[in-house]
Amino acid sequence: MTDVIKEDQVLDCSGMLCPMPVVKTSKAMKEMQSGQVLKMVATDPGAPPDMEAWSRQTGNELMRSMTEGGKFIFYLKKK
Amino acid sequence: MSKSDPNAPKRLALIASKGTLDWAYPPFILASAAGAMGWEVGIFFTFYGLPLLKSDLHMQVSPLGNPAMPMKMPFGPEGFQNIVWPMPNILMANVPGFEAMATSLMKQTFKNKGVASIEELRDMCVDLDVRMIGCQMTMDVFGFKREEFIKECEVGGAAMFLEYAADADVQLFV
Repeated sequence: MTDVIKEDQVLDCSGMLCPMPVVKTSKAMKEMQSGQVLKMVATDPGAPPDMEAWSRQTGNELMRSMTEGGKFIFYLKKK
Repeated sequence: MSKSDPNAPKRLALIASKGTLDWAYPPFILASAAGAMGWEVGIFFTFYGLPLLKSDLHMQVSPLGNPAMPMKMPFGPEGFQNIVWPMPNILMANVPGFEAMATSLMKQTFKNKGVASIEELRDMCVDLDVRMIGCQMTMDVFGFKREEFIKECEVGGAAMFLEYAADADVQLFV
């Protein structure tokens, strides 16, 4: 049983392909405060490796990455 | 900012040299992704890539001489959409409006699949402070005027781009 992560904001990138999920995530995170959590939902199968790289490059923590009903869900904490 | 500063962000330097609809994508996709990762990005638009900086974009794609391009239909049942239509050169070269048709099919396919348009990607690059440099020499050769290009772009030459690229972590020619 994993802990429930409470998000501060949700971003739906369903139906979008590369590089949109990454660009939209970065835009949304810019508006957020340090420590806040963004839940991002995507359908692009390229999103999981891309979000991992994005997290490493920007230093924003990818707290959890999961698949649910054919969608990829990411919890990202702003550094 | 000089790269001698260890805290400087990573830098991507791209050359965009092709102006067809298909080849317009890689530079804008890479630039916006890098910008979204906090990298500094500069693109040098030269030769046929230069019109990608025009205010009015009119990219086309040609399947002629491009045998790797799958010719598929973006509408109808799935089985129909998966057919790769054989297109003889004689047809592609002689049917008027063939490129216009191929262009609209590609635009429709990209839209259906959720790929952003070149206009959208370029706007995102502007938002992300991507440096876009139009080649002065190309402008002179093809007789373009500064007013035809978006105001956000700069105009420069090879030396200006090379100086920028010399301090880049990634340099790519598209």
